Amino acid sequence: MANKALKTLTNGLLRENPTMVLVLGMCPTLATTSSAINGMSMGLATTFVLLCSNVVISLLKNLIPDKVRIPAFIVVIASFVTIVQLCMQAYLPDLYASLGLFIPLIVVNCIVLGRAEAFAAKNNAGLSALDGIGMGLGFTLSLTVLGAIRELLGTGKVFDFTIFPDSYGMLLFVLAPGAFIALAYVMALVNKLKK
Amino acid sequence: MAKLKSSLTNMLLSLTLITLVAAGLLAGIYSLTKDTIAATNAAKQQAAIIAVLPQVEGLTIAEPIEAEGITIFKANQGDTFAGAAVKVAENGFGGIFHVMVGFDATGAITGFEVLDHQETPGLGSKMQEWFQNVRTVIGLNPAEANLTVSKDGGDVDAITAATISSRAFLAAVNKAYNAYAEANNAPIAQGVSSASPIEDAETLAADSLAAVEEVAAETAAETAAEAVAEPNVEPAN
Repeated sequence: MANKALKTLTNGLLRENPTMVLVLGMCPTLATTSSAINGMSMGLATTFVLLCSNVVISLLKNLIPDKVRIPAFIVVIASFVTIVQLCMQAYLPDLYASLGLFIPLIVVNCIVLGRAEAFAAKNNAGLSALDGIGMGLGFTLSLTVLGAIRELLGTGKVFDFTIFPDSYGMLLFVLAPGAFIALAYVMALVNKLKK
Repeated sequence: MAKLKSSLTNMLLSLTLITLVAAGLLAGIYSLTKDTIAATNAAKQQAAIIAVLPQVEGLTIAEPIEAEGITIFKANQGDTFAGAAVKVAENGFGGIFHVMVGFDATGAITGFEVLDHQETPGLGSKMQEWFQNVRTVIGLNPAEANLTVSKDGGDVDAITAATISSRAFLAAVNKAYNAYAEANNAPIAQGVSSASPIEDAETLAADSLAAVEEVAAETAAETAAEAVAEPNVEPAN
């Protein structure tokens, strides 16, 4: 039992990492990783939603008839996303200014619905919570790494800490094409290491 | 407990229940955070007004005047009129952005804050930096100086490779000034206030393509470009 719990928790970190291995949630991955802090914040916001929605859906799974499970899941997920959005707007206005557009999009992030459907609807609340945390942290980890790489190559900083002068940065990496290039290399590396 | 069957009653009841609970929860959270959100936004606005009117000490801000999406905050020092902060919206390269521009009692620009924008990182996003330190508009009076980009015959050099953002920014400043002038019976701006920065899709696409090429070509020359401005490197559009 303890073994299974540990396995569920660590599953998302590398072996079944949502971005690098399952290739889910590409929209926020590409769009919000222009800096390490943005990637990390997006990952943590998603982790919170994933944890809450996994627990609630797991508790409600017997109350939800099969044919309406998707709308029911979406309502639960959207509620938590809106809670995150309102709280961020109230207490972290600067972060909201840079991520604001992407927060509502957590609703349609396929990681969240995917875990609800594939894990929470079949397992008990405790395991679902662990799965939510594991998957969320895996997502946060890959977004932070990707954000750090893009920020370093693009502006010479990591977490706003200057490594080399701005003027040597390759602007391309802060823009959209850099997201695809960086993601492809990191993904290739992770899959090579995993073998 | 066994799983509920997908009968019509069950589906109706279950969905209704879930949505009701969700609605109640959200209403609660909304009323909890509403005041904080309003206070945060008000504090941000107040900070921007003070930042763009640095010359005024102990200023009192009059009630804002709003017209056509432009908000004017008149500032008084004691009883004398000391200037105004004007908040305007303008269409940039990547969408609507908001600028707060401060004017003193004579109409000269005392400062500005780009409140939010979606301009291209590294190019159009430099507008706060550029127009404040590199090619400063602070101290200029839009009624005396022609605040349009030099390519259009104006007095201000555009940001390298971001002419559209620069045009939009200067249009926003002129718009703000004209609103200020109208409220204070001052002469209107020389620059065109409604320079339309959004052009047809083809031009825009060509421009963004040019901008991308520019980035590649310019990475090496970036250091030089930053110190010595080359305002007209962008191909004509």
